[in-house]
Amino acid sequence: MAVSMALHILVLLPFVSALLIAAGATRGRGFHSGIAIAASAIGFALVLSVAGRVVGGEVLAVSTPWVPAIGLDFSLMIDPLGLMFAGLILGIGLLVAIYAHFYLAKGEATGRFFASLMLFQGAMLGIVISGNVLLLLIFWELTSLSSFLLIGFWRHSAEARQGARMALAITGGGGLVLIAGMLLLGIVAGSFDLMTILQSGDVIRSSPLYPVILVLILIGCFTKSAQFPFHFWLPHAMAAPTPVSAYLHSATMVKAGVFLLARLWPVLAGTDLYTVIVTSVGLVTMVFGAWVALFRHDLKGILAYSTISQLGLLVMLLGFSIEMAAVAAVLHILNHAAFKAALFMSAGIVDHETGTRDIRRLGGLAKVMPITAVIATIAAAAMAGLPPLGGFISKEMMLYETLEVGLFGLPWLVPVLATIAAMLSAGYSFRLAAHLFFGAPRDAGPHARAHDPGLGMWASPAVLVVIAVLLGLAPMVIAGPLVASVASAVIGSAAPPLDLSLWHGVNAALMMSIAAVLVGALLLWRHAGLLRRYEALRHLDAKELFQRGMAGADARLRKLMVATHRPSLQRMLFATFAVVLLLIIEGASAGGGSFTGPREGLPASPIAIIAWLLLIAATGAVLMEERQRFRVLIYISVIGLIIALAFVHFSAPDLALTQISVEVVTILLLLLALNLLPKSPPILSSNPRRLRDAALAVAGGLGVGGAAWAMLTRETNDPISAYHLANSYSGGGGTNVVNVTLVDFRAFDTLGEIIVLGIAGLAIFALLEPTARGVAGARLRKWQEDMPHSPERHPLMFVMATRILLPLVLAAGIYIFLRGHNQPGGGFIAALVVAIAFLLQYLASGFDWTDARRRIGEHFLIAFGVLVAMATGLGSLLFGANFLTSAFDYFSLPLIGEFELATALLFDVGVFAVVFGAVMLALAQLSHISQRAARAHAAQLKAEKLTHEEGEP
Amino acid sequence: MTLEFLVASAIGVLVAGGIYMALRGRTFQVVLGLTLFSYAVNLFLFASGRLTVNRPPIWSKDIVEYADPLPQALVLTAIVITFGMTAFAVVLALRSFLESGSDQVDGDPCESGLNDNLPSDDSGGERP
Repeated sequence: MAVSMALHILVLLPFVSALLIAAGATRGRGFHSGIAIAASAIGFALVLSVAGRVVGGEVLAVSTPWVPAIGLDFSLMIDPLGLMFAGLILGIGLLVAIYAHFYLAKGEATGRFFASLMLFQGAMLGIVISGNVLLLLIFWELTSLSSFLLIGFWRHSAEARQGARMALAITGGGGLVLIAGMLLLGIVAGSFDLMTILQSGDVIRSSPLYPVILVLILIGCFTKSAQFPFHFWLPHAMAAPTPVSAYLHSATMVKAGVFLLARLWPVLAGTDLYTVIVTSVGLVTMVFGAWVALFRHDLKGILAYSTISQLGLLVMLLGFSIEMAAVAAVLHILNHAAFKAALFMSAGIVDHETGTRDIRRLGGLAKVMPITAVIATIAAAAMAGLPPLGGFISKEMMLYETLEVGLFGLPWLVPVLATIAAMLSAGYSFRLAAHLFFGAPRDAGPHARAHDPGLGMWASPAVLVVIAVLLGLAPMVIAGPLVASVASAVIGSAAPPLDLSLWHGVNAALMMSIAAVLVGALLLWRHAGLLRRYEALRHLDAKELFQRGMAGADARLRKLMVATHRPSLQRMLFATFAVVLLLIIEGASAGGGSFTGPREGLPASPIAIIAWLLLIAATGAVLMEERQRFRVLIYISVIGLIIALAFVHFSAPDLALTQISVEVVTILLLLLALNLLPKSPPILSSNPRRLRDAALAVAGGLGVGGAAWAMLTRETNDPISAYHLANSYSGGGGTNVVNVTLVDFRAFDTLGEIIVLGIAGLAIFALLEPTARGVAGARLRKWQEDMPHSPERHPLMFVMATRILLPLVLAAGIYIFLRGHNQPGGGFIAALVVAIAFLLQYLASGFDWTDARRRIGEHFLIAFGVLVAMATGLGSLLFGANFLTSAFDYFSLPLIGEFELATALLFDVGVFAVVFGAVMLALAQLSHISQRAARAHAAQLKAEKLTHEEGEP
Repeated sequence: MTLEFLVASAIGVLVAGGIYMALRGRTFQVVLGLTLFSYAVNLFLFASGRLTVNRPPIWSKDIVEYADPLPQALVLTAIVITFGMTAFAVVLALRSFLESGSDQVDGDPCESGLNDNLPSDDSGGERP
């Protein structure tokens, strides 16, 4: 129990603190950094508290099923490898948070900064302690997203935005590839549980999918860890604030790829394919990064390329597929985290105190910034691999292991290239320290300003440097047990005996190491000349290539979109109808069988045939007289009426009532819209186009009508309605099965539908609201009545009739509503009927008269309705029933007799309110938009006049 | 002639009319096309419960056979939703007409009998 709680707290703490910081974004810097520091410290303490048990060989794990159907469990696991990374993430996160508090100026958006930082910390932590690879992928993507926010923190800078976008494109894109690889891995292993996967190495390596899995996962790791040729995002990510660089590029973001390589080492490593790919990518990256780092001028640029190089080293070591090399990699991860974070922080201090990061303008800073100089020089020495620092031991081990590997059948290739990379590393490390802190100042300006920062800023790098020194002086005490247990976790079995020390006697590795240092010193001495030669060469600009690639992809996609998706409704609709028609034809021909089924038909009465003829004629008239828009509305209402009659005839009284009331409302709506639209505009389409459309329409009609015929002449296929009929009265308490279905059996559908209707009403309001202003307003003001009108604006008979009608219709509405559960009626129909009565008031007495007497707003009705319906549904949860289960009982009162009360009635109240509100909102809005425009204009004129008068005293 | 034939052919005619109108170039016609099409779709859905005469699904102890209530419930909400959709399309068409001065479906300038000399985009008006 304690373990599960500790693990959950560990992973949730950063996210909770990110939320807290974001919630208090307007508070001061101390509040933000305080939370970040406290959360990191607590997390670090938690990791330390379990460290002893984990190093002792215990694996702490906890698992909760999350989406069992796809094998996704929320399972967390701390083994030594996860422990080491969690310690790095939280420990360095703590130091970075302290450092950032002092680094960021007071006016910066520290809330956003620390919230993103903690989000990133949580994502990284999630990666390293996930016990399920699907969960790991979620956190993996989260690191890409949160690092995007961090790199682009200074969003006013174009470089920051571009750098952030590039990092997201490369690492996020790699993440997508990784998802594919991990899914295949899980499928081959038969589980997404990490422990199971780690134990099925033999199965995976012998699977025919192994090469695919390997390449996909490697692309994910290489993009994240900035391996050649995906390395170029990392230097551009330097546009981030320095604390971010110190965090992302020493111990976290870029190490995620290395972590995953190490994590999956027992599964993927050991094959020739793995060794060749991983070793050569790492080797190339190591040499290339070190070479470029030698010639950068921006301090962070040098550190960025050195990071690329060092990551290459780690990848190469893991690629060797040798156990001792894995041990060296583990040790070097620790070393690199310590000295690189210290160096980034030192570079930030120099930038902060001198105002520049250009190494060509700096120099001799040791005199004015002694503390920073000591810290950074020791860190650089560790990076160069000088004794007695930790960097020396891991570099020595690395060089020793290179002798064991023959790549492409060439036993000298790896050692020689590794030694060259070591020489270059020594060279850029020496140059960094020497050109920054020693010699004469090259530019008086920055030098004059420079001074050591306060304790708050140098404390963090100082702690890291002390660790880097101790890793060299007492490696077995500081890191021995940890490295041994982590190495065995990486390898998947007991690690080879470990002997970390500075002196291993005179051997080949020592010779290579000495050569590296000597050549490094030579490179420093001859740097000016080399630099001239380097700069004389032409170099490919990766950023430009990337941007050109992106622009090219953009242009091609746009071309494709323009070719396929012309912004023409007619074209798109034609294509849509044609495709659906083809699908109908395809489906019909695939089904086979006869067109007409065996079901006996019902004989048609003469009245039915007359109604049918009327419908056909009305439809024909709609098409023939499309320019006479008012007349067309009459034909449309004829069609609607016949359909309502059809519902009556075919035993669907509820539908008939709904159809006829909707018909009235729809015709009113169309009339109101037509009032403003052109009445009989000339025809737009050309004759060939009309013929083509007619052909498609006839084909579509035949297709759908044929499908309806084929369906109607066959028996139903065991419908589920028998259940509804059987349970309507006993379970739902109503005899009107349609209504019981709406408010009980399928009430969830109804809830969704009233929400959609409410949204439609609100969207109509939003569409019409701005028409009072702008061009639309001007057009509305110029609009003239273009229809013959009755001389009476509000005909007396009409007004009186509608006012008398209102209470009658309201009574009818209540009656329809109440009887709905047992007889045709219900909330939908009642709402429509009542809405029509109200709309008649608007029509007869005018908008202003009616609106002034309206007590409840339509917006309120819609919200009220949805809430009542939902509350009814949730109420059933209180009684332990499912959402939207209804309850009912029978009561009896004197005079009235026995009656029934059902919670479904309450739900129907919600339906009523939403339908009524949405209908009224749509039509009332539409009915007075021209008046509103005139009024808005008058108000504006008045306001202008007022200000004008005030201006003239 | 059977009722089944009448319903199926009516559905076919309405679909044909709906498709033809929906493909026209002016917004109001497209709305009418949608209306015709909706009638057809609602009828089709309803017909999936087959045609039954004089057997409304009002439960009673003595009656054994009823019309299928499920398609009816589905079509009832479909009719109301159809109204919401039609209303939205109408208002969208109206707004586009008021903003662009054209009732062509893509807002292209066309002869609509409205010569108000107003700019066809909203650059001339104040921003809301």
